[in-house]
Amino acid sequence: MQPLEQPTAPDAQEAAQAAAIGIDQSAGDFSYDIKYDYDAGNGLTENTVRYISAVKKEAPWILDFRLNALKTFLAKPLPTHWATRDLENIDFEKIRYYLAQGQKPKRTWDEVPEDIKKTFERLGIPEQERKYLAGVEAQFDSEAAYSNVKEIVAKQGVIFMNSTEALREHPEIFRKWFGKVIPTSDNKFSALNSAVFSGGSFIYVPPGVKVAQPLQAYFRINAENFGQFERTLIICDEGSEVTYMEGCTAPKFSTATLHSAVVELVALKGAKIQYITVQNWASNVYNLVTKRGLAQEDAEIKWIDCNIGSRLTMKYPGVVLKGRRARGEVISIALANDGQHQDTGAKMIHAADETTSTIVSKSISVGQGRATYRGQVYIPKHLKGCKNNTECDALLINTNSRTDTYPAITVRGDKHATQHEASVSKVSEEMIFYMQQRGLTEAQAMSLAVNGFINDLANQFPMEYSVELKRLIELEMEGSVG
Amino acid sequence: MQSAEQQKAFTSQEAAPQWWQETRAAAWERYNAAPLPARDDERWRFSDIAAITLDGYNLKGADGQPVDGAGVAALSPFTKTKYAASLTFVNNRLAHRAPLPGDLATKGVIFCPLDEAIEKYPQHIQAYLQKHDVALGSEKFTALNTALTTSGALLYVPKGVTIATPLLLKHIAAGDATSVYPHTLVILEDNARATLVEYFASAEPGARHFASGVNDLHAGPGAHLTYIGAQTWSTNTLAFQTNSIVAQRDARILSLNVHLGGRLARHESHSRLQGPGAHSEMLALTVATGAQKFDQRTLQTHQAPNTSSNLLYKNALLDTAKTIFSGLIVVEPDAQKTDAYQSNRNLMLSDDAESNSLPGLEIQANDVRCTHGSTSARIPAEQEFYLQSRGIDPKSAHELLVAGFFEEVLAKLENEEIQTALRAMIEGKFKK
Repeated sequence: MQPLEQPTAPDAQEAAQAAAIGIDQSAGDFSYDIKYDYDAGNGLTENTVRYISAVKKEAPWILDFRLNALKTFLAKPLPTHWATRDLENIDFEKIRYYLAQGQKPKRTWDEVPEDIKKTFERLGIPEQERKYLAGVEAQFDSEAAYSNVKEIVAKQGVIFMNSTEALREHPEIFRKWFGKVIPTSDNKFSALNSAVFSGGSFIYVPPGVKVAQPLQAYFRINAENFGQFERTLIICDEGSEVTYMEGCTAPKFSTATLHSAVVELVALKGAKIQYITVQNWASNVYNLVTKRGLAQEDAEIKWIDCNIGSRLTMKYPGVVLKGRRARGEVISIALANDGQHQDTGAKMIHAADETTSTIVSKSISVGQGRATYRGQVYIPKHLKGCKNNTECDALLINTNSRTDTYPAITVRGDKHATQHEASVSKVSEEMIFYMQQRGLTEAQAMSLAVNGFINDLANQFPMEYSVELKRLIELEMEGSVG
Repeated sequence: MQSAEQQKAFTSQEAAPQWWQETRAAAWERYNAAPLPARDDERWRFSDIAAITLDGYNLKGADGQPVDGAGVAALSPFTKTKYAASLTFVNNRLAHRAPLPGDLATKGVIFCPLDEAIEKYPQHIQAYLQKHDVALGSEKFTALNTALTTSGALLYVPKGVTIATPLLLKHIAAGDATSVYPHTLVILEDNARATLVEYFASAEPGARHFASGVNDLHAGPGAHLTYIGAQTWSTNTLAFQTNSIVAQRDARILSLNVHLGGRLARHESHSRLQGPGAHSEMLALTVATGAQKFDQRTLQTHQAPNTSSNLLYKNALLDTAKTIFSGLIVVEPDAQKTDAYQSNRNLMLSDDAESNSLPGLEIQANDVRCTHGSTSARIPAEQEFYLQSRGIDPKSAHELLVAGFFEEVLAKLENEEIQTALRAMIEGKFKK
């Protein structure tokens, strides 16, 4: 099968735009004409939910969980009293909630169907795996197409599988925490995910096991009007450590696509979880994701969240600091180009003594792009020694770029310290002039300045991601000046 | 339930010009049409919505006999402050007036009660009164003020006139279930200069009062205005106050609000920087004790290039008090070279106090310098220990530390007499 061209030719302006922006989207902007064996059709009703559950041969408690979630989803209004009204443009009736070619993920690369294999090969997944990953799962629309965990990691007792398999094979491990960090009713989109979730990674790391190489998941939307609702749950038992990375792409269709994931992390006593996301969805994807971690005593959860793609991203990774001396950290990088709104931030809920949290957010607005930081820090009373430090810096590239900052900090009691600082600036003309004088073009100079702005954060990414991120930013910056 | 006839009866419309009666009637309709604040309104996030009810208040003003104006003058902490003129309102009625000295009146300065201004200077009222909505959530209470106010004042300073000594305005509520509606309009023409001190208080410390105050501060090109609002409402007062600040080209406005009283006191302040070179300095000091709730919302809107604003709100929290600071800097698309700063500092002096801070930015121009900061912290134990080791009891230590914490803001005032009066007023809260 041949790759399909984009279904509608972009208008001249968009083409010029794309040329100016460079090839940022092109790595992911292709789709294959797949014949799906399972298709729940368009729109969402109780039958859609029952269909998904039946296809997956789920236990009755999961179906009940889904049906309750559907009720909650329908009952909740869109949060437009604080969020952008762009949410009203999502047509829930048009979305296809479940599409899959098969039910069982392939364990070896050779078994993966040719056209899906082509997708992931184009995106470089198999090479990545050979190079440095401990395990990888690749999700194509609703289901995992390929899932593999290296033998050595499996021998340590690490479980790494998709949500359907995990709930079927290890309910004793996963049921206990499933939907506990993010309750169904947390928000409208977490309820939607709970009703129709499919795919995603469920990971369990046994006590004391330190997974040396990162585990990775790759999410791919291939079909138009499709909604991807993966569900991820990572449980790190006492003293264990894991790094998990996810990447996402989709082709650019003429109509909007919805991605609404729920990601729950549980770090038991002394465990460490690092969760890295590089989101590069096509610029018409609504990316509405709920991410939250629960950190027990001495545990540490670190979210590294990088948003470059999508039309609208609303994502505020959070940590509930449940045990004494727990630590939470969010590092957020957002780049908003023309037509994009990156509404990102962080949530830190302190629920035990001596817990500390750090939020560092850097955003770059290019052209008419809009970057928003929204944060919540909550320190209730009768705790002592809690600390939060928040820094948000925004860089505006063009005269019509936009940035917003909306933090909310609640502190009860006198035994804590919180600090919040934010700044907005542009790249100074002197800096650009200096670089131009040394022979760089204006665009190169701007790109260098922007990379300098996020350099200290980008360096916290694993090497490959950090290089990739810098490259993406260079590409996004092309044509933004001059 | 509340008819237009009632509103008419409250404000003795017969005497007022037609246009003012219409303004009032329209405001009364807005008041009745607007709902009370709702929980899902972002502008009321963290507010104690349940505590906001107008039930039981005598909305038309006060029952019983008017209070003696000279008697309540003693309530003022500004007795030792030299002033050019003063107006004192008790329960919405003018109780005392110290008129402007002749030379200022000759120059065309106007400082008179709002009723008088409506009769004599309708052009000023029509041009400036509530021309700029504060738009921070209290529209219902602002409309109520317009519909019912009889205790307002107009300060008008013509081009190039400087008033060296401050002008003083006092608003006192007395009796039970009394409502007051202070309404102040300040107009400074080109290059004029003035300082206005406005004082709000309850005659009895525990009385149940309702206050909805509004003020409009306009500084024309090159004008300098200093506005000080200080309130010591009773601890059982529900108080709303809005400041609408407009600064034109090269104008400078400094506003300082000191909040000491109230059961629940909400203050909204919106600065609009409308001409290049305009500057607004927005300051506030709050001492929150007992179960008091202070709710402060601010907007700094930069509408022209090369404007600047600087906001510093300091809260000292004791006992089970709660404060909210929600501020937003808005830089409109053409307001390049904006320099805006916003800072909220919360000093936590009790384990049961709660501070909420929402410092926000909305920036739509790229060549700007906008920063904000928010901190909530206690006094380092070493400092407290040091004071105690010198024989200073914990309560006095708190008072000293709060005084030190506030000094940065008070030092920004040029008038030392006002500084001294405000210091005494703040100390007074700790003596109770």
